[in-house]
Amino acid sequence: MTRIIPILIYLVLAPIIGGLLDGIDRKISARMQGRIGPPLLQPFYDVKKLLHKQKISVNKSQSFLILCFCITQIFTGCLFYAGSDILFCFFILSTGATFLVFASAITSSPYSTMGASRELFQMMVYEPAVLLACVGLYLATGTFNVNEMIQKHVSAVLFLPGFFVAYVFILTIKMRKSPFDFSTSHHPHQELVKGVTTEMGATNLAIYSITEWYENVFLLGVVGIFIVNENPLSYLFAVIVILAVCFLETLIDNTCARVKWNTMLKSTWLVTLLAAGVNLMVLMLGR
Amino acid sequence: MVPFLICFPLFVALLMYVIKVNKIRNIIAYISAAVVMVAVLIMSVLWVMDGCNAILLYYETEIVDKVILSVELLLMVIVVYLCFKYKKYIISLLTIIPTLLIAYVEIWGPKRDMINHIRIDYLSILMCIIIGIIGGLIIIYAVGYMHGYHHHHIEIEDRRNYFFMLLFIFLGAMFGFVLSSSLLWIDLFWETTSICSFLLIGYTRTDEAIQNSFRALWMNLLGGTALALGIVYQIYEMNNDSLQYLVGMGSWGFSSAVIPVALIAFAALTKSAQMPFSKWLLGAMVAPTPSSALLHSATMVKAGIYILFRLAPAMTNTVTGNMISFIGGFTFFVASLIAIAQSDGKKVLAFSTISNLGLMVACAGVGESETLWAGIFLMIFHAVSKSLLFQDIGATENAMHSRDIEDMHGLLYRLPRLGAFMFIGIAGMFLAPFGMLISKWSALKACVDDNNIVMVLLIVFGSATTMFYWTKWMAKLISATNEPKIKDITKKNELISLSIHAILMILLCISFPILSKVYVVPLLKEMYGSYVTVLSMSMLYTLVIIICFIFAIPSITFGYTRKLHENKKLAYMSGINEGDNSSFTDAFGEAKKLQMSNWYFKDFIGQRKLMIPSEIFATVLLIVMLSIILGGALL
Repeated sequence: MTRIIPILIYLVLAPIIGGLLDGIDRKISARMQGRIGPPLLQPFYDVKKLLHKQKISVNKSQSFLILCFCITQIFTGCLFYAGSDILFCFFILSTGATFLVFASAITSSPYSTMGASRELFQMMVYEPAVLLACVGLYLATGTFNVNEMIQKHVSAVLFLPGFFVAYVFILTIKMRKSPFDFSTSHHPHQELVKGVTTEMGATNLAIYSITEWYENVFLLGVVGIFIVNENPLSYLFAVIVILAVCFLETLIDNTCARVKWNTMLKSTWLVTLLAAGVNLMVLMLGR
Repeated sequence: MVPFLICFPLFVALLMYVIKVNKIRNIIAYISAAVVMVAVLIMSVLWVMDGCNAILLYYETEIVDKVILSVELLLMVIVVYLCFKYKKYIISLLTIIPTLLIAYVEIWGPKRDMINHIRIDYLSILMCIIIGIIGGLIIIYAVGYMHGYHHHHIEIEDRRNYFFMLLFIFLGAMFGFVLSSSLLWIDLFWETTSICSFLLIGYTRTDEAIQNSFRALWMNLLGGTALALGIVYQIYEMNNDSLQYLVGMGSWGFSSAVIPVALIAFAALTKSAQMPFSKWLLGAMVAPTPSSALLHSATMVKAGIYILFRLAPAMTNTVTGNMISFIGGFTFFVASLIAIAQSDGKKVLAFSTISNLGLMVACAGVGESETLWAGIFLMIFHAVSKSLLFQDIGATENAMHSRDIEDMHGLLYRLPRLGAFMFIGIAGMFLAPFGMLISKWSALKACVDDNNIVMVLLIVFGSATTMFYWTKWMAKLISATNEPKIKDITKKNELISLSIHAILMILLCISFPILSKVYVVPLLKEMYGSYVTVLSMSMLYTLVIIICFIFAIPSITFGYTRKLHENKKLAYMSGINEGDNSSFTDAFGEAKKLQMSNWYFKDFIGQRKLMIPSEIFATVLLIVMLSIILGGALL
């Protein structure tokens, strides 16, 4: 029973929180650019409209693959908030991400295919940092189990500053923010048009957006794991940190231009090695 | 049962060579392959009914020992003859020295204690099943494939009798290899497999084939030399040649075991094509597909892995273990990087084999029971899926005359059966939550517990690159296409082999928790005395449920999307789509064909760029580590 309640809460609240965060992000971005920006609830309006549109697609199988993507991503979140093994969560997450790649590649549309291979490339770039974050959490707390991780005396982040930096760094890739908005972009007037989402229309795009919200809530939840400990106050602190990270992402998004693939690879792997790798070394030698 | 398993293939090999009529030979090949498979199964069943205890056999074997010695000398003569024929004189030294050394020790050396020469236990039964089933299926496949092969390649002399002879000798030698407990016997079978692979690679007798075959020969013989030296050292130090005894001594930490373990482990590195000895396996690509499938998946390379698994308890927390695990992890990462830059399907498979073997080697080198659990699962999954993929690529090449991944755009629609098999094979290799992933997961956990920083980093980065090259291949397979269907000329026997492989693959994915419980865990208990699970059973069952769930989604949503009424629209091309999604109107108003290609980063991580530096690095590392180990033990 104790496991079902968090899952239900996640299922109901995650899209709402994810959508709101998206709305806040748009609002703040607009203000940074000197615009008023859309209303806070605009993401929900968008999805609602998409759901009511005529169903169109380039390839029928695409809808199926996007559904698979959606289900696996939500499933990952459920596993995570039910307090299961964190490494397991990320493995399922990457399975889900391959479904997205398939969904874009199956259309054989040029921009969509380009987005797909870029998405795949991104996965390769961020995966080491993600896995290392799990390893780091294990070293700090002695368990891979999320439920047990959050019942320690002190926050894991105290032992894992490097892992935390690396994780936040790749969060930019994972949340598709500039300078690493590499597989899809906010504006279609660019070299990759809309990347992976180029050929997604109506319902499919709506499902994609909702999945993104679920995914973001999961990813930010992992940020929370770094902070939370047995003290109830730490939850409040975790929320503050998560909001700060979100703001940081928005800020980076608005101040950086997209980089080339090799810059992304080199910088990310360098940060992963230097921050997480060194931290790993310190932890392991200190054991 | 044991002598039958070893001798029957050898006897069939003789038949294969003698019978010149293709049809009769093919029938005999089918029957013998089936007999081998049945024999393996009978042996396993008998062993299980006996209570799964390790069975030791052949205490007194004076006559057999003599036979073995003379066969070894005969092999030496053959190799020397071939070396002189092709003017590769130096290589002949690599067979003369160890063989004469062994012969000298056997005849004039110290008196050896009596030991059991054959040992049947969990690990050897597992190997027998892999070799028997996969090897047998490959032979069935080979009958059809070689027919088509000689149909297309008229320029190559038809020596099928010779080819099948080699395949069967190979099987016999592999059975002997995994069942023997005496290192002197192991050495003979080791040399036999080396020489068989050498002859198989050189089958076409083109210049390239001959060159590659000699490369394979010298690398494997170098390993054989190290093996012989290790054996001789052991005989002088311990007065016996029992592998079990050596491992026992090694795991108790006796210093006399250090040198033999290090030398045998080094030999295993050459056999399983680790850096810097990877090139021979790449060169093996020139051989006809069945032989590459046999070399890569079920037999040859697994021999090295097998011996490392045997030695694993003796390598826990030793310098040798560190050397092996580091070389393995390094190979895992570098080979997967290079695999990204390959577009030739067979080459991707070759590099991925090397890379996966690297992970297995690393698991053995760390030497904990948890990593060995991962290693054994990797081996099982790898054997089935690689064999499937190689055969599939061979059949695909026969049908569409290309094995380039770029040409496989939409293969699932153009060659549905072969495309689907390929998809299953690749999924089994890496896609979560299938086989490979579980092993990687468990290896990662074990290495973290072991405080092995370098291995953790290598696994983490290597798994990212592995995912990249597999997924981009899969994405290519499923891409929509307007190209016409290709005529599927796959023979029935090829299809039988492929289907059985695919079914095995799926069964493995579904039943691995049971396999772990009833087989792999007892195996580890036998080797280590105890075993602590890394992944709890409940976790494994969850994984299986997810697998079923992932298999279920397609059927459910497929039905759903079928009913779905969607308006088809054309793909966006940033210009006018010509209406068929495969060409657009260009600036001159003409239709231009659309070309889509995967990413390869050839200038960034290509074979040319990475291969030589990493070979040099691995060589230096090996020499330094070996000097430390040998010097430390001798002084």
